[in-house]
Amino acid sequence: MAMGYSDAVMDHFINPRNVGKMDNADGVGEVGNARCGDIMKIYLRVEEGVITDVKFNTFGCASAIATSSMATELIKGKPIADALKLTNQAVVDALDGLPSVKIHCSVLAEEAIKAAVKDYYDRHGVEYDAELFAGLGEEHEEAPEE
Amino acid sequence: MKVYADNAATTRCGESALKAMLPFFREDFGNPSSLHAYGQSAATALQKARESVARSLGALPQEIYFTGSGSEADNQAIRSAAFNGAKKGKKHLITCAIEHHAVLHTLNQLAREGFEVTVLPVDEYGIVTPEQVAEAIREDTALVTIMTANNEVGTIEPISEIARVCKDKRVTFHTDAVQAIGHIPMDVKTLGADMLSLSGHKFHGPKGVGVLWARRGVPLQSLINGGAQERMRRAGTENIPGIVGLAVALEEAVAELNEVAPRLSALRDKLIRGLEPIELSRLNGHPTKRLPGNVNFCFEGIEGESLLLLLDQKGVCASSGSACTSGSLDPSHVLLALGLPHAIAHGSLRLSFSRETTEADVEHILSVVPPIVEYLRNISPVWEEITKAQA
Repeated sequence: MAMGYSDAVMDHFINPRNVGKMDNADGVGEVGNARCGDIMKIYLRVEEGVITDVKFNTFGCASAIATSSMATELIKGKPIADALKLTNQAVVDALDGLPSVKIHCSVLAEEAIKAAVKDYYDRHGVEYDAELFAGLGEEHEEAPEE
Repeated sequence: MKVYADNAATTRCGESALKAMLPFFREDFGNPSSLHAYGQSAATALQKARESVARSLGALPQEIYFTGSGSEADNQAIRSAAFNGAKKGKKHLITCAIEHHAVLHTLNQLAREGFEVTVLPVDEYGIVTPEQVAEAIREDTALVTIMTANNEVGTIEPISEIARVCKDKRVTFHTDAVQAIGHIPMDVKTLGADMLSLSGHKFHGPKGVGVLWARRGVPLQSLINGGAQERMRRAGTENIPGIVGLAVALEEAVAELNEVAPRLSALRDKLIRGLEPIELSRLNGHPTKRLPGNVNFCFEGIEGESLLLLLDQKGVCASSGSACTSGSLDPSHVLLALGLPHAIAHGSLRLSFSRETTEADVEHILSVVPPIVEYLRNISPVWEEITKAQA
């Protein structure tokens, strides 16, 4: 078991679900930065309030790819309201756990989805409570500037 | 196919080293400090190993101190020089930015204890020059410590020239030769250094045993206090099987050097030439002044841990300097010191050979690395940005 990863993490890393880009997506969210070594980009297709398709692209370690894959699986086919309720812990649990040093990857996955939903709302003129997206885009890791 | 290409991390213990070690577990298990027959047999083996290591290095037997690791040897060398310097009011220490953590962290600790440490920058290839060292040396400099060859990028430093500068200025010079011994020709008689560290498991010896060579007259401080082992410089019952294995492995590595080093250099260059066509890739370290078995590349737009784990799936065991593999948030301090931006340093791959590496191994590596890099780039938003910017 590489790096202390569960079988589920290795499975989602080696055979990621929903990987790829999406043309004319209804919402796109990108979080993280290359300096810290993780960037996730999530694309949503939304029809009548339901996420009918989702794709992701990720630059990062195995757990970054696996959490992206699992997070997209967990919101695919769900109403947007459900996607917004997805927590990083739910992603961790669905993957049978993550090493403690990799928990931030699950946080990034949760945020990437929120960012994509926010983008969908913004583009489609949907009103929302700004509190829903509070803290989005803030750095979680110490990344002193050069 | 399984290809072990992480020999800079550790090598497989050689058959002759293992065979030489085995009797010292059950037959000749004595403590060399004991006066009875078992003890004296172990003491004889210890002395023979010491003489053998001395021959391999061009040293005197009484200049050889066995330790528990290369890191311990580094710690002891640096602490000894610092202690001796401080007695004369010299509290300035010099090193360079790409040293192993065994050196850098020891110096950081000494800085907290009141020493002043100068960390010399290196050029884009990882070279530190004798001129830089000469300029940095002051009246109160107690030690210069510069590695012989770098563990990550394989760059070989101009150690003899640096040693000459230190000798001229009467400053103690230590070199961490953990990656170099057994891989490039080295002889302490002509090297000009005062102290040198090495580790058994980097040249097909066992783990858990190292050597500190200290030229006659260079005073050492004990890090571990207790019994009178190693002429009072390292307490603790000697690791006789390990010491015997190290000595045999070193003899063998030195004897094979003229055959192995050119063969590995050719394989190294074949691998470098095979990886270079990957777009936005770069060789890290010096193109020619590098260890025979070291290849280190960065591939833009991907991250090292993913690359390593996918390579592992294809039977290739390698390492990376990415944050995820360094166990911290930052990528390798060595790659950053070479001037690589964080985002690129995250995508590094080190492939390191040993005498067991074959041409078929290199061909296998060359058949699996490019498609994995391409796959990871296809799913990378960073690569998407890079290609957009290019278009």
